[in-house]
Amino acid sequence: MSTPSPTEALLLASILFATGLLGVLARRNLLLMLMSIEIMLNAAALAFIAAGARWHAAQGQVMFLMILSLAAAEAAVGLAIILRLHAAGRPTLDADTGNRLKG
Amino acid sequence: MSDLPFILFSLVAACAAIMVVTRAVPVHALLYLVVLLLSLAGIFQALGAPFAAMLEIIIYAGAVMVLFVFVVMMLNLGRTDRDRERHWMAPGIWIGPAILSCLLLAALCITLRALPPAAGPDTLVSIGPQAVGIMLYGPYVLSVELASFLLLAGLVSAFHIGRNIRGTVTGEA
Repeated sequence: MSTPSPTEALLLASILFATGLLGVLARRNLLLMLMSIEIMLNAAALAFIAAGARWHAAQGQVMFLMILSLAAAEAAVGLAIILRLHAAGRPTLDADTGNRLKG
Repeated sequence: MSDLPFILFSLVAACAAIMVVTRAVPVHALLYLVVLLLSLAGIFQALGAPFAAMLEIIIYAGAVMVLFVFVVMMLNLGRTDRDRERHWMAPGIWIGPAILSCLLLAALCITLRALPPAAGPDTLVSIGPQAVGIMLYGPYVLSVELASFLLLAGLVSAFHIGRNIRGTVTGEA
């Protein structure tokens, strides 16, 4: 049994990143756009872990922790904005009508 | 070449990512996103990062996804939202973004092909939590502080955005 190679993990990371980019570009639902951004952040985290495995270094997992806190903060702020838009009486989650937000 | 669990997890992750992007109902997309995160945790474990795998399950698939589920529950989406979503997802909309994503993927693959092969020993060493903790609180302690600043800023701004304006206008204050 051979070990997984970091190059294949990098390939998977690029596939995930392209899929997330497709979601951000094509979807109009704010919630789905946030989920696609989460996919892209996870692809970046996978690239860091793969690089750490390639160089036998712990720095990759340190950077993974940074990405984890970044994703948590981003999800909190983005979901708060979505809830605020919804509470302002907007019936849809269309990203194109976000310019009506005040304050 | 890689071993079987890694390939299985990779296939599951890629399929789940595509399913997340193409679902019309947000809850279905959310469940596929949880599947994607769990399979990524398996990939991290296979790559020799057990600490990252555990954090991926606990924080990502646990905390962040619960936040998403909570917001989906509060939005109370119904049949009209699903029909509108289907209307937005007409096939013509996907052409431009798909071309752009394929271009990006091709560029990344060409770059990966040009990468030199690993010069060192071909074995994967498992890097446990102890090594990560020593690294984190040794040379990278400033980035821990930065992460705490970031989380505090996220907390304050989420509280500011989510405050009840109507309550402050008509409330006791």
